[in-house]
Amino acid sequence: MINYINPQYEVERDADRCIKCRVCERQCANLVHLYNEEADKMISYSEKCVCCHRCVSLCPTRALKIVKSNNTFKENANWSDQAMREIYIQAESGGVLLSSMGNPQPFPVYWDKMLINASQVTNPSIDPLREPMETKVYLGKKAEETVRDENGNLVCNTPVQLELSTPIMFSAMSYGSISYNAHASLARAAKELKIYYNTGEGGLHEDFYEFGANTIVQVASGRFGVYKDYLEAGAAIEIKMGQGAKPGIGGHLPGEKIVGDVSKTRMIPKGTDAISPAPHHDIYSIEDLRQLVYSLKEATAYKKPVIVKIAAVHNVAAIASGIARSGADIIAIDGFRGGTGAAPTRIRNEVGIPIELALASVDQRLREEGIRNEVSLVVGGSIRNSGDIVKAIALGADAVYIASGALIAMGCHLCRSCHTGKCNWGIATQIPELVKRLNPDVASRRLVNLISAWTHEIKEMMGGMGINSIEALRGNRLMLRGIGLTDKELKILGIKHAGE
Amino acid sequence: MKIDCQKYGVHFKDLNDYIRNSLEKRIDLENCIGQRYIGAAISGKEIYINGTPGNALGAYLNGGKITVYGNAQDATGDTMNDGEIIVHGSVGDALGYAMRGGEIYVKGDSGYRTGIHIKEYAEKKPVIVVGGVFGSFLGEYMAGGIIVILNLNNCEIVGNFIGTGMHGGKIFIRSEKPLKNLPGQVSCNVASKEDLEEIKRYICKFSSVFSINCDIILNTNFYVLKQNEKNPYKKLYAAN
Repeated sequence: MINYINPQYEVERDADRCIKCRVCERQCANLVHLYNEEADKMISYSEKCVCCHRCVSLCPTRALKIVKSNNTFKENANWSDQAMREIYIQAESGGVLLSSMGNPQPFPVYWDKMLINASQVTNPSIDPLREPMETKVYLGKKAEETVRDENGNLVCNTPVQLELSTPIMFSAMSYGSISYNAHASLARAAKELKIYYNTGEGGLHEDFYEFGANTIVQVASGRFGVYKDYLEAGAAIEIKMGQGAKPGIGGHLPGEKIVGDVSKTRMIPKGTDAISPAPHHDIYSIEDLRQLVYSLKEATAYKKPVIVKIAAVHNVAAIASGIARSGADIIAIDGFRGGTGAAPTRIRNEVGIPIELALASVDQRLREEGIRNEVSLVVGGSIRNSGDIVKAIALGADAVYIASGALIAMGCHLCRSCHTGKCNWGIATQIPELVKRLNPDVASRRLVNLISAWTHEIKEMMGGMGINSIEALRGNRLMLRGIGLTDKELKILGIKHAGE
Repeated sequence: MKIDCQKYGVHFKDLNDYIRNSLEKRIDLENCIGQRYIGAAISGKEIYINGTPGNALGAYLNGGKITVYGNAQDATGDTMNDGEIIVHGSVGDALGYAMRGGEIYVKGDSGYRTGIHIKEYAEKKPVIVVGGVFGSFLGEYMAGGIIVILNLNNCEIVGNFIGTGMHGGKIFIRSEKPLKNLPGQVSCNVASKEDLEEIKRYICKFSSVFSINCDIILNTNFYVLKQNEKNPYKKLYAAN
């Protein structure tokens, strides 16, 4: 059979540097490198390379590099290499194209088209190294009015809240989609940072119940691993209605990934497919959503805030307005660049909207309707640095969710091959030899470093604006200006153009 | 302990607070008028309900027993993990949604999406027995456990899309006539003696709970529905 598909990457080995130690051969689960004894040399099968850079990073003599193949189809601006490649794959397999991680298409990134303000002369900037700077955030429904008893003392009527030391949380990634060690790293880092990580829809491994105070447990349409102890283990419960990388469709963890503890944690037999139907079949309306929200509140005696997570889609503002009225305490919105362990390529690339626009329109709508205090807003998909976070908060977010960024901190090289289950970095895999490559001591330290650095940067930017509390930045759109945006885009974002 | 639901306080939150905090094992609810979430996630209690409980009765039920002398509404036994729900009447839609363990017995009929996405794990094997007939999408996305439809009034089976997306478990339907319009993911055969042996104890339990002759039910024809392949979606994807 003719192979129509050319390798996308080529392995370049510097023969002078290579000492034939065979580290690359041992490290590559895709079997790219092979030592040929007869010829006494290392051979590379570039067609198997996913460009994850494991071999490059571990080569002791730096003899390897991975380059984009310059082998090319006849160039065509319409029929790109990728477009042709996809047709070859489908013509051969008859399958639905499956990809990983967030939308890679060159759509506008609005974070990069917004600029942050700073004080000059008329109000002083603040130095966070010298002066107190508050990044603590409380997520949850806020009381509508202040109530005092007959003696004039305040009545504490604030509904249950999540307390975050900094407005960043690790968003949902299930045990199954990522490894035990990846979960262990996230859990430990969340505890140390006094923030939260999220179990995703795969249940909570028994070893991680001790991190419950820093855990958000997720309930999705498949209800995997959901039972009383699980619901009570976490600090909050998240209902997953949608995911930015695959709005409108469900989840499917193939049977071969349901091994050992993954099966135990999901509470399904080994080797069976874990299918999360696209909708929750008991939710066809806001009233039905309210039913699930309250059944979870009843099941946990109203001690846990309930988050409803949705994908950013066209009518997101109206949908969020409904959710705010459903009794949910927090709305999480996931933009179309949010990552995934596996999603149909077409859904990932063509469905959903940027989180920046979704956030701005939701916050605006909730304020117009006078219900912004009913919910906190958490946004993700994708937040890449502390600048994105400051911009998100200025647009109206209470906090952000990060996942791709957290994975990269742990060593992910964004090769976007999670769906193969052969992650050489020990993150998106269940193969024991690969999982043990990720050391939770090291990875959790790297996560703590990242979030601590970002928090300091947030303080620096806040200080520059003369703001010493994150609360004063939230929804403060005057601190943002657009650059190179149309009137319509500026209107949706609710910001002025640079120079105005 | 007896609670008059109308007298005690109509709102479900008060009623459920009371049930949750009660130290008594047996609780009798009188004049129940649609209060939701009764018995959510509780265990070790026996609740007897006169009247009509609201949606999500026994959601996340973790043990114990709930008996309804009347009809129940939608999402009864949602994500139930253990215990028993007995309904001396009919139930609404999505009975036993994503249920993982325990048993549900319904004397009358059940609505749409009965037993959707029920699943089993280790010693946990959910069982739903319905005395009458059912709405469409019975056992949709079913991943494990057993659903038994007794069809005691010998109706023609008209529920469509039985077992769509089924990837585990068994559905038993008592019917003389063959079932029609089944989706491709489902195989359908006349239940063998061994098959019936598997559900005998549940049928006997149904009979004793609702005082119906067990032999009459057992000596008739059942169809058993199973998944066609273990991983029905496996061939769907191509890595890109």
